[in-house]
Amino acid sequence: MDLSAINPLVLMASIMVAATPILLAAIGELVVEKAGVLNLGVEGMMITGAICGFAIAVETGSPTIGFLAAMAGGAILSLVFGFLTQVLMSNQVATGLALTLFGLGLSALMGQSYVGVKPPATDKLDLGPLADIPVLGRVLFQHDLVVYLSLALVLVVWAVLKYSRAGLILRAVGENHDAAHALGYKVIRIRLMAIAFGGACAGLGGAYLSLVRVPQWTEGMTAGAGWIALAIVVFASWKPGRALLGAYLFGGVTVLQLNLQAAGVAVPVEYLSMSPYLITILVLVIMSADRSRAALNAPASLGRIFHASN
Amino acid sequence: MIRLEKRPTPSRFWMAATPLLAVALTMIAGGLLFAALGKDPFEAIRTIFWDPLFNEQFASYSRPQLLVKAGPLILIAIGLSLGFRAGIWNIGAEGQYIIGALCGAGVGLAFYPAEAWYIFPLMVIAGALGGWAWAMIPALLKTHFRTNEILVSLLLVYVAEQLLASMALGAMRNPEGGGFPGSRNLQQYPAASNPELIAGTGMHWGVVAAFIAVIFAYILLNRHMLGFQIRLTGESPRAARFAGVNPTALTLFCMGTSGALAGLAGLFEVSGPAGQISIDFNQNYGFTAIIVAFLGRLHPIGILLAGLLMALTYIGGELAQFMLGLPAAAIQAFQGMLLFFLLGVDVLTNFRIRFGRSEVA
Repeated sequence: MDLSAINPLVLMASIMVAATPILLAAIGELVVEKAGVLNLGVEGMMITGAICGFAIAVETGSPTIGFLAAMAGGAILSLVFGFLTQVLMSNQVATGLALTLFGLGLSALMGQSYVGVKPPATDKLDLGPLADIPVLGRVLFQHDLVVYLSLALVLVVWAVLKYSRAGLILRAVGENHDAAHALGYKVIRIRLMAIAFGGACAGLGGAYLSLVRVPQWTEGMTAGAGWIALAIVVFASWKPGRALLGAYLFGGVTVLQLNLQAAGVAVPVEYLSMSPYLITILVLVIMSADRSRAALNAPASLGRIFHASN
Repeated sequence: MIRLEKRPTPSRFWMAATPLLAVALTMIAGGLLFAALGKDPFEAIRTIFWDPLFNEQFASYSRPQLLVKAGPLILIAIGLSLGFRAGIWNIGAEGQYIIGALCGAGVGLAFYPAEAWYIFPLMVIAGALGGWAWAMIPALLKTHFRTNEILVSLLLVYVAEQLLASMALGAMRNPEGGGFPGSRNLQQYPAASNPELIAGTGMHWGVVAAFIAVIFAYILLNRHMLGFQIRLTGESPRAARFAGVNPTALTLFCMGTSGALAGLAGLFEVSGPAGQISIDFNQNYGFTAIIVAFLGRLHPIGILLAGLLMALTYIGGELAQFMLGLPAAAIQAFQGMLLFFLLGVDVLTNFRIRFGRSEVA
């Protein structure tokens, strides 16, 4: 075992990369749940985004177009969920599961000819002098655009939810859809927009996995990242800032166990690989055990079906 | 304008008709999907749904496979349906299936090479207990800490898969296997194997267990107080509380039963058709069983039929892979599509479609 082989700076920089896909998916799902919709299909939307982004980036040679395609792919798939749950009023838990199962199958189908292909490299953002700062520059300022985009997104979502009229309406729909409907807000339309936003975020997160983090396409490559994003929303008690914390915590665990694997710690690889899932469960338990905190922030209409009686 | 009007009670006709409608719609959409892949849609649908049963060349091989594949699907789906009815979402059956197989095979391998009548029954008990214990984790976390059972049971699937890999490569690896991953083959160890009971039918103990589970679930749901409590909790948790239902006990019962049945399915698979613990011996039965449960309308008889149909798509899918070069993933997408359509057309059960001008909304 050689722990000195682990460079703390590289480790911290790679935490940001590891956390970004989950952060993107989690912040999207947070908005969806704030609108009162529980979409359990994050995993399916992420993996669909992963292959859409990968395929388009390979075909066009441009990762940027790939990322945009991934967002479109995730959003389109999420709207299938939206149509079923909002218009046809199907059960949200079951439909979300269907979305995941379908997304896994669809992505495997689409990705057949892309196994083993190398995607075009995503450029690092040139931040000039910032990147040259010793220590901090290496950790914080040598990443690609999507990493900063995800951070900006957290800020924007936080500000919109807290300070803007649109955020207030979104939260009203999530807390009490009947009252929001009585006030004249288009509950279904607002929810569909939130669902599409969540889908686009999950798709982008998936593409970040296949284009930057891994970077290649393999079947089922998200390996539960979508479910962990769902857990992080609960951990964050529906607050964007806390979702950031959760995603980076998870990224830290993932990167650390990968580094320990590489350093040859005397623990079997399989047990290290299961640690992120176990820690996610542990964190979920701690969060939900605290009765006052857990129930306080959950949107009151979460998962309930809305049907305007007249 | 099209408008949806809530029915006072769910339509009995549509409750039975929607699964058929969903299957028909999936065949059409699946045909389009196959056409998009450059295959003849009619030939693909015929290969999947007709040839395994009636083609002279393949039927002798395919027909027994129907029960082999349907057995675990039905067994798992019956367990899941109890919880789904009560609003308790165990979606980690895949993990419970793996752990059941590991525990059962572990007992069998521990006795190797002894020959005794009690080895297989002990393995069955160990398999059920393993699945039960794995399902108790999310169940107890839910009842004691109100942790979301959906997320915990699902995350435990990934833990179980790692455990499976660790066992196949380490503790349970065949010492005479020349270093290849995977355990001893239980089919070659008579005291621990789960053989075909009637030659040429595919019937093994797991299929028997599945049929027994269907009968018991039917009696439980229709003739027993506990079944009434499960249904009541699903319809209205508040009313159930007033009627004296103990939600903690109900959660533990539903999760435990579904876990034990999934564990049994895993054990019967590993000691029978699969034969050995290997890295990828699990075939997503735990997830496909979710589709089976919904397609069967969470009703035991419905699940029996849905399990057979789903098994048919598995076998037909393999045949289509072999005959037409249809990718394996196409069947997975096809199965997911089926669940989508089913949930979508379900609107007809609870709502009436009205044409005409709607009032100002």
